[in-house]
Amino acid sequence: MSQLGHLRLLEAESIHILREVASEFQRPVMLYSIGKDSSVLLRLAQKAFHPAPIPFPLLHIDTTYKFREMIEFRDQYTAEIGAKLIVYTNREAIDDGATPFRLGTQRCCGLLKTKALLDGLRQGGFDAAIGGARRDEEKSRAKERIFSFRDDKGQWDPKNQRPELWNLFNSRVHSGESLRVFPLSNWTEMDVWQYIHAEKIPIVPLYFAKEREMLARGDSLIPVEQPFIPMLPGEKPLMVRCRMRSLGCSPCTGAIRSDADTLPKIIEELVSFRRSERENRVIDHDQEGSMEIKKREGYF
Amino acid sequence: MAAVADRRSVFDIEDFLAQEQAKDLLRFTTAGSVDDGKSTLIGRLLYDSQSIYEDQLTAVTKATVNRSAGPIDFSLLTDGLRAEREQGITIDVAYRYFATARRKFIIADTPGHEQYTRNMATGASTADLAVILIDARNGVLPQSRRHAYITSLLGIPNFVIAVNKMDAVGYDESVFRAIETEFRGFLTQLIAQQTAPYMYFLPMSALEGDNVVRPSRNMSWFAGPSLLEFLETVPVHHRARSTAFRFPVQRVIRPNQDFRGYAGQVVSGAIRPGDSVLALPSGRRSHVKSIETFDGPLEEAVAPMSVTLTLEDELDISRGDMLASAQKTPEVARQFDASVVWLNEQPLDLSRRYLVKHTAQTIPAEVKAVRHRVNIKTLQHEPADQLEMNAIGVLRIETSRPIYFDPYQQNRATGSLILIDPETNATVGAGMILAPVILERDRLRAAALDLKHERVTPVERIVRYRHGGETVSLGDRKSVAWLVERRLFDRGCSVAVVERPSAETLAALEHAGVLVLLVSDKAPDWSLPADDAEAAIFVVSTLEKTEILLRKESLTGGEGI
Repeated sequence: MSQLGHLRLLEAESIHILREVASEFQRPVMLYSIGKDSSVLLRLAQKAFHPAPIPFPLLHIDTTYKFREMIEFRDQYTAEIGAKLIVYTNREAIDDGATPFRLGTQRCCGLLKTKALLDGLRQGGFDAAIGGARRDEEKSRAKERIFSFRDDKGQWDPKNQRPELWNLFNSRVHSGESLRVFPLSNWTEMDVWQYIHAEKIPIVPLYFAKEREMLARGDSLIPVEQPFIPMLPGEKPLMVRCRMRSLGCSPCTGAIRSDADTLPKIIEELVSFRRSERENRVIDHDQEGSMEIKKREGYF
Repeated sequence: MAAVADRRSVFDIEDFLAQEQAKDLLRFTTAGSVDDGKSTLIGRLLYDSQSIYEDQLTAVTKATVNRSAGPIDFSLLTDGLRAEREQGITIDVAYRYFATARRKFIIADTPGHEQYTRNMATGASTADLAVILIDARNGVLPQSRRHAYITSLLGIPNFVIAVNKMDAVGYDESVFRAIETEFRGFLTQLIAQQTAPYMYFLPMSALEGDNVVRPSRNMSWFAGPSLLEFLETVPVHHRARSTAFRFPVQRVIRPNQDFRGYAGQVVSGAIRPGDSVLALPSGRRSHVKSIETFDGPLEEAVAPMSVTLTLEDELDISRGDMLASAQKTPEVARQFDASVVWLNEQPLDLSRRYLVKHTAQTIPAEVKAVRHRVNIKTLQHEPADQLEMNAIGVLRIETSRPIYFDPYQQNRATGSLILIDPETNATVGAGMILAPVILERDRLRAAALDLKHERVTPVERIVRYRHGGETVSLGDRKSVAWLVERRLFDRGCSVAVVERPSAETLAALEHAGVLVLLVSDKAPDWSLPADDAEAAIFVVSTLEKTEILLRKESLTGGEGI
């Protein structure tokens, strides 16, 4: 008998988790962020239920500030694999003119992501939301359960988590309460990239380097997709060869200068380039422990 | 020009990936008392294996709380939550990831504080190896014994006992040897010989980096590998100790009328198309028709792969059922004893009903009795009628219907369970099944089933008859059936001609190991020659060819039937 490699072990664990969620909840939903982790999650869901279709819908919380290429990819790919897609937006906040520049990143995320997510889940009556978060992303995530309990306000209490032993997941909730489920908990960023390569999983082209229009400020590259990005006096966008390491809203996702235009080059870059991927997301650095604060409030 | 530069920079991804593919995965847990230096050790493993990103390091160096002097406080890298940072202790299990050129690692970093025994059990439940930290200045404390007890209870096959803070005792070999002798004696007493883990004693200083990643210059008297070297080379046991095939069914996959598959994870053993399996609780047998995956059908699935199996026969199987080796069957019982770690602030209450989650099923259950409680300080058994939070005891549990399991020390997947409080939905207990308790009424009910140790086992039947319980359809050729029966009977087979039996009768005969020659309206299994005698000879030789009738030599040697 051959020893299974680590990717096969992680895959088997994730498929087990996805099957548990689909079988133990009335109305599960998969949060689909269009990023690379979501792409892996989606492939694992296809694998878990093959030859049957994925038995739950995908939910995308659209802040309306996502990159155009993300939305194009979302619509084309989910249609191609026959997945059911639900898109939810906090319309009220958008109509009130919510942008990170007017409200600050914390309040903007609070309205367009956290609130929209909670409202979207409530509206759909979903009792379990499957997400692609990994424990290696951030310190507070390292302690989160795979089946992570949320109270009736959608909030996480890090001091009162259910013990989680073996692969026996407790999926019982009272009405109004819910669980977030993280099948990729034990994957690292490197595992995700290797799996995408090994499985030939399609991802948004923004991950690959090409010439893009950017504002260059110090080490930061800021994409200029949205009309409301404030420019400094005399500042002009430049064409810069760059790519995204993680995908969020275009005003808050920095690019990195890079020549990595293929998966092998991205993996090579990752090997040599030791920086955590969230560094280029402005929002996590607002305050020490800010991810934990957002998570307590209901952010994914 | 550009092409030349490109070629020089081409990273050989195929080489790299091949190397990566070959890497396996070691999950380990760490246990130690407060201030044993556990967070520092993990921080150093991550730092020295270059698994800490620079911006995370920067965030730590500028963190507002700084508990120790010195350039880098490694423990801040792992203590994630605000509440912990404020209290200065790790309060919850945290998972860490790192990789070396040889292996990937997942660390379950579990807190050592007295009231958090449950977290240690949690971390240990998925671990292949435990690192138990002992402070060289304090020697073997009651907590150290408790940590070893819990990790051994959770069936971890490898222990590293790291005697830390050797720098604080002047790297004195005699201090290390005294701790080693005392603790080895204790462990040998604690753990039954057949389940004894591999033990590695190691002198270390996490703070100074001695024997963590590199061998220590300060302890030339110690010749063994450093902690990381040991972790990189120790054999991993992903598979259960038992190699018997077990497949709890998580879900029935039924996209259309033509496909019915059973989705689940092979939790132990291996399976190939054609293999005979027993479906529980129905007790029906069938053969695996195919192993289906998104990437195409497989020739073999091994633990712990997640696959979908299809069977030759239409059986009534649903979530929570189990497919198991027809030769090495699991225990089946409604009442059993289990070691239980109590996880909840509300103590065990014998008058309340609980839910047991075991493999893929959740069943109402009662705790009939506390057989004993383990005194966590002395590890002696003592009488008790309840278990409070963080207590460990042996409970007699009765489920409302039978479960199929193996003792935990043989199979962690089919021998583990959690107890859930149906009112609060809290996970209140973690159980490791020891042995079944056979009830008289179940003994009677099981009379037709072939699942109890004291009864004749399927293996014994096969050894005697040289076949298992099988049905061979001969269509309406009754006279052929009589001829075949005579030939097989003379060879010592347990054989019977049965006409149009009910499903129950057929199942009972198969369970009793009978080779049933079925005469009915059903089509024969093979197209038979017109002449009765020729047909009978054809049937017997086909039974041999398909190994439904086993040759004598295939029954001897090894465990493999």
